[in-house]
Amino acid sequence: MEHRWGMAIDLDRCTGCEACVAACHAENNLPLSDPAEAEKGRAFHWIRVDRYYEGEFPDIRMKYMPVLCQQCEDAPCEPVCPTYATYHNAEGLNVQVYNRCVGTRYCGNNCPYSVRFFNWFEPEWPEPLELQHNPDVSIRPGGVMEKCTFCIQRIQRAKRDAKAEDRAITDGEVQPACVQSCPAEAMTFGDLDDPESKVSRLAASGRATRLLEDLGTKPKVFYLQRAK
Amino acid sequence: MDTAVDTHTDNLRDTLWRPLAGASRGYALALAVTFLLGAWGLACWGYQIVRGIGVAGIRRPTMWGLYLVNFVFWIGISHAGTLISAILRLTDAGWRKPVTRIAEAITVFALMIGAMFPIIHLGRPLVFFWLIPYPNSRLLWPNFRSPLLWDLTAILTYLSGSIIYLYLPLIPDLAELAQHANGWRGRLYRLLSIGWTGSDRQWHALERAMHRMAGMILAVAVSVHTVVAWDFAMAVAPLWHSTIFGPYFVAGAIFSGIAALLVAMAIIRRLLHLEAYVLPVHFDNLGKLLFLMSLLWFYFTVSENLTTWYGNSPAEMNVFGSRVRGPFAPYFWVMIFCNFVLPFLLLSSRRMRSVRNVTIAGVTVLIGMWLERYLIILPTLSYPRLAAATGFYKPTWVEVSITVSTFAAMAMFYLIFCKLFPAIAVWEYKHGSHR
Repeated sequence: MEHRWGMAIDLDRCTGCEACVAACHAENNLPLSDPAEAEKGRAFHWIRVDRYYEGEFPDIRMKYMPVLCQQCEDAPCEPVCPTYATYHNAEGLNVQVYNRCVGTRYCGNNCPYSVRFFNWFEPEWPEPLELQHNPDVSIRPGGVMEKCTFCIQRIQRAKRDAKAEDRAITDGEVQPACVQSCPAEAMTFGDLDDPESKVSRLAASGRATRLLEDLGTKPKVFYLQRAK
Repeated sequence: MDTAVDTHTDNLRDTLWRPLAGASRGYALALAVTFLLGAWGLACWGYQIVRGIGVAGIRRPTMWGLYLVNFVFWIGISHAGTLISAILRLTDAGWRKPVTRIAEAITVFALMIGAMFPIIHLGRPLVFFWLIPYPNSRLLWPNFRSPLLWDLTAILTYLSGSIIYLYLPLIPDLAELAQHANGWRGRLYRLLSIGWTGSDRQWHALERAMHRMAGMILAVAVSVHTVVAWDFAMAVAPLWHSTIFGPYFVAGAIFSGIAALLVAMAIIRRLLHLEAYVLPVHFDNLGKLLFLMSLLWFYFTVSENLTTWYGNSPAEMNVFGSRVRGPFAPYFWVMIFCNFVLPFLLLSSRRMRSVRNVTIAGVTVLIGMWLERYLIILPTLSYPRLAAATGFYKPTWVEVSITVSTFAAMAMFYLIFCKLFPAIAVWEYKHGSHR
């Protein structure tokens, strides 16, 4: 295993601005949903910002929590797929092969983080938005599941660049669209196998927790917050 | 009773064969209505394939909806047959004779319908065969760790097994029918009777085959519904991840299977004028069995819910609360009434177990068990572990149409079956001592 990609999200820094959500849409060719479909819970957001309230109204404190695919080491979505459309790749990424997916949606039901999105129809983009598609990311057909890939296309490009220049990928060289666009610099991405990487140090800090950790899914997304 | 019937063999044959000849206006009308409803369901499915699965109401987080409710329900109904008739055959219950074929046919038709639903529910139904293990250009086996693959294996095994199990005891009847029928019917019966002459050797082989199939089909039937339960129990979702689900589903399946059998018996008895064969004692006996299963079902339901409530774990309590007092509460309490309270009142005393009351209990149990499948699938999905993802499902007209059409299809298959084959095994009456 060359790398083990992971992410750290500092909840004390997150302002809930949703720049990550918009960036993800643009980078990953997410289909657009009309308001009626969105109301039915069919909008696509590979990363979403969950809102939590602490305290009693009006004395409340808002907390924002960006939730994306946690890229679990023991991912509950993987064993249940009958066609290997979702599986673990050599770098520990939980990848989705759109062409293999027949659309049983079992993975979506078995994901405790509810971060899997289904193409209920063939995707559509109102003109002229279809002209801004990212050529590095495939368009998913109707009837298949999709989810956050940690911007695998950017990881691949960094690997190609590093190979061409005969060097190793440097820490911080790969940035998924959400990390790159976060104005509060709340998100960090990198190699968890490199003990010197920024994300490794953050993950090892006392502030790191993982979402629904007690389920034993071993997520590779670490949430940082002040210990109470 | 056997000797009395033996002396009236011709009479018996007349009564049991009479429905095969001709078709009344009512029959034609019923066939037309059920056919049209079934065709409407197929048209809706076609529409769904062309437009996309999104025409159904499923959404995030409730990615499974009515289609899988119906799937579990129909697979449960299929236990009517094979399982019940196998138990009765193996225990050599003498009263089973007018019941077995009605039950076995339910199994085959319910399975044919039930097995369609996972395909209807797929995002890309046209490539459903990617789940079947065969050498392919993708150089990829299906994932044998997936419960869905166990499911496919179990259901295909069960379907082939129950077709054989329905067919074997039909052979002697088919041979006899072949002697009396002309034209295409004669050819059909002759073809299907595969050279049955009724020699001792053949009877011996048939009996042995039926006995073995009864044993095997029991094991397969139990495993099928256990595997269907595991589709849910293997998931980490709250209240799906339960060790009790295997036996709970099997008990529920037998329960709804007996109910379906009773309803089918009541209808066939009335329509084919078989009052002299399908007797009140049959309803009484099956009513007792239904009562027993009702108690067993209630015991499982209490075990499941009491431990959840006492354990008080937050994710599970969300789902539990939605069932007993939240948005799903009306369904839950109607289910308790249909599956336990009313059957208890109607079936617990001999005086109450009349043909009419037992049939009513059968109908309510069918309703209750459909609701049970609904209540197992949807509350869990509506309340995922992260509260922010909570969402509710509303079926669309496409899903409702397809659901209704499958009930019509069941009736249509039955109408056709009763016109082609005797609803009661004639030879079993004639050979009173035969198993």
